[in-house]
Amino acid sequence: MDDLSTAGRHRSESGFTNVGRAPWWQRGFFASQTAYVVLAFLIITVAISFVADNFLNPENLLRTSQNFSYVGIVALGATLVIITGGIDLSVGSVMALTAVVTMIVMKWIAETALGFVSMPLALLIGLMVAGFIGLVNGLLIARLKLSPFVVTLGMLSICRGLTYVITKGRSQAPGGPSVDTFYALTNGKLFGLPIPLVYLLIGAAIMGFVLHHTAAGRHIFAIGGNERAAALTGVAVERVKIGVYVACSMTAGLAGILMSGWLGAAQANLATGYELTIIAAAVIGGANLAGGSGGPVGAIIGAALIEVIRNGLVLAGADSYWQTAIIGMIIIFAAIVDRLRSLRAA
Amino acid sequence: MTTPIIAMRGIVKTFGAVQALRDVNLHLMPGEILGLVGDNSAGKSTLMKVLTGAYTRDGGDVLVNGEITHFKSPHESRDLGIEMIYQDFALCGNMDVGQNIFLGRWPKRFGLFVDRPKMYEEARAVLSRLKVDVNSVFQKVESLSGGRQQSVAIARAISFNPKVVIFDEPTANLSVMATERLLETMSELKRQGVAQIIISHRLTDIFEVGDRIMVLKRGENVGDRYIAHTTEREVLELIVSGTPETALTAEEAMKKAA
Repeated sequence: MDDLSTAGRHRSESGFTNVGRAPWWQRGFFASQTAYVVLAFLIITVAISFVADNFLNPENLLRTSQNFSYVGIVALGATLVIITGGIDLSVGSVMALTAVVTMIVMKWIAETALGFVSMPLALLIGLMVAGFIGLVNGLLIARLKLSPFVVTLGMLSICRGLTYVITKGRSQAPGGPSVDTFYALTNGKLFGLPIPLVYLLIGAAIMGFVLHHTAAGRHIFAIGGNERAAALTGVAVERVKIGVYVACSMTAGLAGILMSGWLGAAQANLATGYELTIIAAAVIGGANLAGGSGGPVGAIIGAALIEVIRNGLVLAGADSYWQTAIIGMIIIFAAIVDRLRSLRAA
Repeated sequence: MTTPIIAMRGIVKTFGAVQALRDVNLHLMPGEILGLVGDNSAGKSTLMKVLTGAYTRDGGDVLVNGEITHFKSPHESRDLGIEMIYQDFALCGNMDVGQNIFLGRWPKRFGLFVDRPKMYEEARAVLSRLKVDVNSVFQKVESLSGGRQQSVAIARAISFNPKVVIFDEPTANLSVMATERLLETMSELKRQGVAQIIISHRLTDIFEVGDRIMVLKRGENVGDRYIAHTTEREVLELIVSGTPETALTAEEAMKKAA
């Protein structure tokens, strides 16, 4: 989903007799990778509902949507990074570190004179820690031109290590006067929807708007398309790149905090290995690792597809380890579909 | 005598042990089309990169409209009306024609949001000024042919309202038709008063649209001729066997012939 709004307004204004307008199913949203994934998602959902009777049970659907919200939120940030042609492997560890720091800070502030604002302060500090990690990633990648893969691989290890150092491996529960508010904010319901899903939808809406209607959003696509060209024409490449890594880390931080609300506490091994699921979600949803394409709808659908398959397999009584293998097949299949699609469009 | 829009005097540029440019002079009059030729490694591209500020010179002066400049990046030369069109066009294939023309400086509303209607309207205006045939400003650049991609790159350069446009090997990857169209575009730009420097291996192209041709060899001037007073054969001889010692300026060569 790289350019819905403009492609949708495509009109034939040329004097070329051999250049017509593409049929509706070959342009705009219908020609995007995301559209194919939505279709695949619907087919798989229907198939699973036949295999597993309980799948369409509203409660199961709500639970499923809550489960994929965490991965979905981070997939939004990861998609931003991927559009610029980068990658962030540190997101899983950042989730854990942020969650743990937030819990510890919350308990710590609760015992001081500022106890009445312990929760908002802790959330702020937690997200700032996440943002700072993103800033370090971004500076190393944009300024020193280090490989995103290497930098964020290092950061993955650093953050996970720090998480164990801080907690000594012990689980950290939230504390202080506003613990109930914390649970309500992270694990409650709003209009009957699980609250992480609400955050995901709000985040996606903001991201979609920024990507398509602001200069900053267009710069992200320009860098992914041709970084040198973007730099030559005056795009502040370094600043935009640093920005996407900060945004990505902050989505990871938010998801980490939400997840600890869901689990009741933050464990040092929280979200271990999530980075691969998150990147898989973004890629299945149409983000191209070579840069230049991707979008929020794709990130959500990708995350949802992975969770629906897992849930379906569990309900159908299949070995849930099959999930990992099937996700892998879907990633490769999505890449094949994308290739076929671009070959036909060319 | 009018002031040259560009004057480069005694330019020196070395890369380690390689002397890429040795005391090179170049001048360009307003509205003039200058062909810059020479064998590989003659220093043509290096000279142009020194002009735009992509490289910093080790010696000599670059004057724009008679004033000495010290460009540190192509952005600074752009502010004075110098645009370079790169051999690979420097476009974003994943974005459409309109967005590429205004890459990095999209018209904005409230200083934040991209004003799409205005952007596409202005893109269309630039394309029609150029009389090129990119059929839709909504088309993705990667779906265009090489010649049309180049049209987009030129349109982008033109949209800055430049006084000087530098083409680096513009016809190297173009079909016969596309080359013809490009040469027409260059003539059109000349009519609009835009001075141009064309780096090319194809003498025929330069002889078709150019006013003057300058030959570099191993980083030195070996000759300068008015197109009207020279032949492809003479230029070829300069490229192959010209020496800095026997180099004549276009004026000198014209007088000598007369």
